[in-house]
Amino acid sequence: MGDRYKPETIEQVAEIVTWAAAEKVPVEVVGRGSKAALGRPAQTEYSLELSGLTGITLYEPDELVLSARAGTSMAEIEAALDEHDQYLAFEPADYDALLNGRPKDEAAASGSLAGVISCNLAGPRRIKSGAARDHFLGLKGVTGRGEIIQAGGRVVKNVTGYDLMKLHAGAYGTLSALTDITVKVLPAPEKTRSVLLFGLEDAAAVAAMTQAMGSSHEVSAAAHLPSGIAKDFDSSFFPNDARSVTAIRVEGPGPSVSHRCAALRSELGGQTDSDELHSHNSTPLWRYIRDVVPFVSDVSAEAGDGNAVWRVSVPPARGADYVAALKLKLGEATEALRYYFDWSGGLIWVSLPEGEDAQQHAVRESMADFGGHATLIKATAELRGRIPVFQPLDLGIAALSSRVKHSFDPHGIMNPGRMYAGV
Amino acid sequence: MLMPDPDQTVISRKREIVDKLREIVPGEGVIADEDELKVYESDGLTAYKQPPLIAVLPESTEQVSRVLKFCHKENIKVVPRGAGTSLSGGALPLADGIILGLGKFNRILDIDFDNRCAVVQPGVTNLGITKAVEDEGFYYAPDPSSQIACTIGGNVAENSGGVHCLKYGLTTNNLLGLEMVLIDGTVLRIGGKHLEAEGYDLLGLMTGSEGLLGVVTEVTVRLLKKPETARALLLGFSSSEAAGELVASIIAAGIVPGGMEMMDRPAIHAAEDFVHAGYPLDVEALLIVELDGPQAEVDYLMETVSALADAKGAVTKRVSESEEERMRFWAGRKAAFPAVGRISPDYYCMDGTIPRNQLPHVLRRMREMSEHYSLGVANVFHAGDGNLHPLILYDANKEGELEKAEEFGADILRLCVEVGGVLTGEHGVGVEKRDLMPDMFTDIDLKQQQRVKCAFDPDALLNPGKVFPQLHRCAELGRMHISRGQLPFPELPRF
Repeated sequence: MGDRYKPETIEQVAEIVTWAAAEKVPVEVVGRGSKAALGRPAQTEYSLELSGLTGITLYEPDELVLSARAGTSMAEIEAALDEHDQYLAFEPADYDALLNGRPKDEAAASGSLAGVISCNLAGPRRIKSGAARDHFLGLKGVTGRGEIIQAGGRVVKNVTGYDLMKLHAGAYGTLSALTDITVKVLPAPEKTRSVLLFGLEDAAAVAAMTQAMGSSHEVSAAAHLPSGIAKDFDSSFFPNDARSVTAIRVEGPGPSVSHRCAALRSELGGQTDSDELHSHNSTPLWRYIRDVVPFVSDVSAEAGDGNAVWRVSVPPARGADYVAALKLKLGEATEALRYYFDWSGGLIWVSLPEGEDAQQHAVRESMADFGGHATLIKATAELRGRIPVFQPLDLGIAALSSRVKHSFDPHGIMNPGRMYAGV
Repeated sequence: MLMPDPDQTVISRKREIVDKLREIVPGEGVIADEDELKVYESDGLTAYKQPPLIAVLPESTEQVSRVLKFCHKENIKVVPRGAGTSLSGGALPLADGIILGLGKFNRILDIDFDNRCAVVQPGVTNLGITKAVEDEGFYYAPDPSSQIACTIGGNVAENSGGVHCLKYGLTTNNLLGLEMVLIDGTVLRIGGKHLEAEGYDLLGLMTGSEGLLGVVTEVTVRLLKKPETARALLLGFSSSEAAGELVASIIAAGIVPGGMEMMDRPAIHAAEDFVHAGYPLDVEALLIVELDGPQAEVDYLMETVSALADAKGAVTKRVSESEEERMRFWAGRKAAFPAVGRISPDYYCMDGTIPRNQLPHVLRRMREMSEHYSLGVANVFHAGDGNLHPLILYDANKEGELEKAEEFGADILRLCVEVGGVLTGEHGVGVEKRDLMPDMFTDIDLKQQQRVKCAFDPDALLNPGKVFPQLHRCAELGRMHISRGQLPFPELPRF
C-alpha cells in the first residue's frame, strides 16, 4: 500500500487530485472508512481520506437546511439535529455492524455524511420520504480533473443548471471527492407507533402492506419479518410462538397517530392478530430493520462468516413474487435462504451461503418478470472482486455511464472500478 | 438575446430535409409551411419569437429515434417541445433547427395502484394524470400552475414544482422511471416501478436538464393517495417581516404545511379586484397556510397554527370551515398572475429562490429597485420553500420598457444569488436566465456541466443556445492542462 492522504482543506484535496491526475495514479476516495467493504474492492495504491474535513458549517433549523464538511461524522450530524428535534427524513442506514462485524448495540451512527450521500443509503422511510438523493441540495467537491466545482445551493426549490447532486448521490466517489454537502432537514415526528400483524405468509403480508401504503393514513414504513427473523428480534411484544411479524409505522402528532393506528388495525387486522408498539419500542424495531441487524454476525465481511447478503429492489407489490421465484430457482439451496422485506415489499434483504457465487444468477434472474436490481452488500473481497457487485447495466446505459464518468474523471483515477469495471 | 449563428447550409437544404423527415414521419407529422410554423415561434416567454425551420410531430419512440439519428447524421439542431408553456424560453425554436413536438404522445399506458405508479407518455398533461387516477383516490403531487396545459414530458425537462413542494417535493422526487432517446437515436430505459434505478442516477440528472441531454418518450410517475382532508388559514399582517416570522415559527413547531403562500400589497389588491376572494385590503402581507393529511391531524395542527398566528400578531385571521371556503382562499392566489395582467398592459414573471429569512430584506431592496426603474412590482411567494415570483409591471408598447423590465428582473435575480439563493426555482434557465449563469457559477462549474452534456450530445445539437451562456466544443472541454508534479504536501500527515 502507498500513502494515505488526509487533507484538511478543499485546496489540499484539489492539489492531491491534480497530482494524481497528472501521474495517472488511481486514488481510493473514502470518508471515515465504515463502508470500505461495500462495492467492488479497491485496487489503488493511494487513498484520499475526507475524515480531516469536518464540522457543521451552517445549520438553520427554521430554514430546514444544514451544511457540513464531507467527513463530518453522522453521529455529530444526528446529535446536532436531535437538539432541535429535527432529522434526515430519509432515515440513513448504518451498515457498519453488518460490514465490519461490530457489536450491534452501539447506538451512535457510524460513517460520514459524504459516505451516506455517496452510497445513497436510505432506510425504511424511503418508501414515503425518498432516498438520500432526494434531500441533497448542494455540493462542493473536486472532480477527477482536480478542479473545484460547486452545484446546487441551500434552498429546496432550485433548477439552476444540471442536478449534479443526484448524479453524485450513489456514485460511490467515482466522479468527484465531495468536500462540502448541504442537505434538507425536517422536523422529527412527535410520536411514532407501529401496528403489528402476526402470522401472515409472505404474499398476505405484502398484500396487507400494499393496502396500508395505498390508504390515506400516511404510513411511513412497512416491513415484513418472516418467522425465523422475527424470532431473533428480542422483543417481549412479539409472539413467542415463532409467527411472522408485519410492521406498519405511522408518525406525527399524538392524536393523529393514535387515530391512524386504530384505523389501520381495523382495516387490516381483521385477517389476523394485531398489536401496537409505541414510540419507545418502535425505534429499536425499525433500527433492526434499517441496519440489517438480522444478518449481522460478529465477523466482518472481509473475514467472511460464510454468508453473503444481497439487497434486492423490486416493484413493492411484487416482493413476495420475487421470493417465490427465488425459492423455485434455488431448489434445494432454499434451505439456507434467509430474507425479510422492507419498503412495503420493494426491498428484500437476502442472506445465502457465499459458496461459489452467492447464487448470483438465481438472485438476479428472479426479478425478470417485473424489473429491479440486486446489489451484493456483504461478501468477502475475493467474491466482490470476482462477480458483479452491482446489477450489470444495459449496454446503452453502461456506455453512457462511462462517458459521464469520463466527463468528471478522464483518467479514471477516482475510485476506479468501485461500481463497475471501467467506471 | 444572442442565439447561435444559424447554419445557412442547413437552411438552404430545407426541402430535402423535409422529404427525408417525411420518410420517417409520414403525412401531417412534418410541418414546413411558414404560416403553420408560426404556432411554434415562441413558448410561455412570449418576448422572444423565432419560427423553426421545420416542426416534426412523431407518434412513436421508433420515429423519435429515427428522426434524431437523421438529425445527428446531418448535423441538424433539435429543440424538443411539450405543450410550450415554458416561462424561460426553453422551447424557443432555432431558425436552422427542427422543433420536435411530443404532443402526439398523449396516452396513459399503465396505471398500477398496487405499486402506486403510472406509466405515461410525455405528452400527457400534468393534470391529466391526476384526472385518470382520482376516482381511486390517488393523485400526482407536483402541481405547477400551468398544470391544465403543461405536459409531464415538459415537467421532467424543467423539474417543475408547484405550491406543495416543501411537503411533497418537485418533479424529481416523484419519478420512478424514464424511456429516453439520445441524439444518436439510442433508446434507453432508466428505472422502472422499483424505487431506485441501478448505477448512476441518470433519472435525476435528466430531470431539469431542459431538453439538452435527451428526448423523453415515456415517464413512470409516483402516485400518492389523496390526503383525507385539507384546511386553510387566511392571515393578514401589517408587515412582511411579521408574516415571515410566523412561517419560521410554524416550522420551528415541527409542522410542515402542505402549502404556504404569501402575497404582498400590490398582489393582494390586484387579486381581490379580479376574483373578490374576500382578501383584506389594509394589510401589507397575506399568508395562506394549508394543512393537509388525516382529519385528526389537520384539526389538531390547525389549533396550533392558529395560536401561533395570534402570537405573531396576525391582524386578520380566517379558518376555512368548508371545502368551498378553502377554495375561495386559494382563488385569489391562483388568479394572481392574470389579475396582475389586468392592472398592467404587460408583466414579466421572475422566479428566484431565497433563504426564507431573507424575504424582508429582498422585498425592501426590490422596492428601491422599483423606484429606480420606475416600474411597479407585485410579489407572490411560495413561503414554505423560499421561491419568489416578482411580477414586474411594464408596457411593451412604450419604447424601452421591455428592456428596462428585463434589467430590473436581472437585478432581482442577482440579488437572490447574493443573499444565498438561486436564479431559478422552477421555471428553468432557458434563454431567459442564460446570461446570468456566471453570477451563480464559476467558469469551471459551467464547463463541467457542459462536459456532462458532451457525454450525451457531443455535437451540441440538442437545444443549443439554452442554459449555457457560452458554447464550447466538446473536444476543447475535454482537454486537460497538466504539469507532472511532485508528491503533494510533503508536510501532510501520512499513515
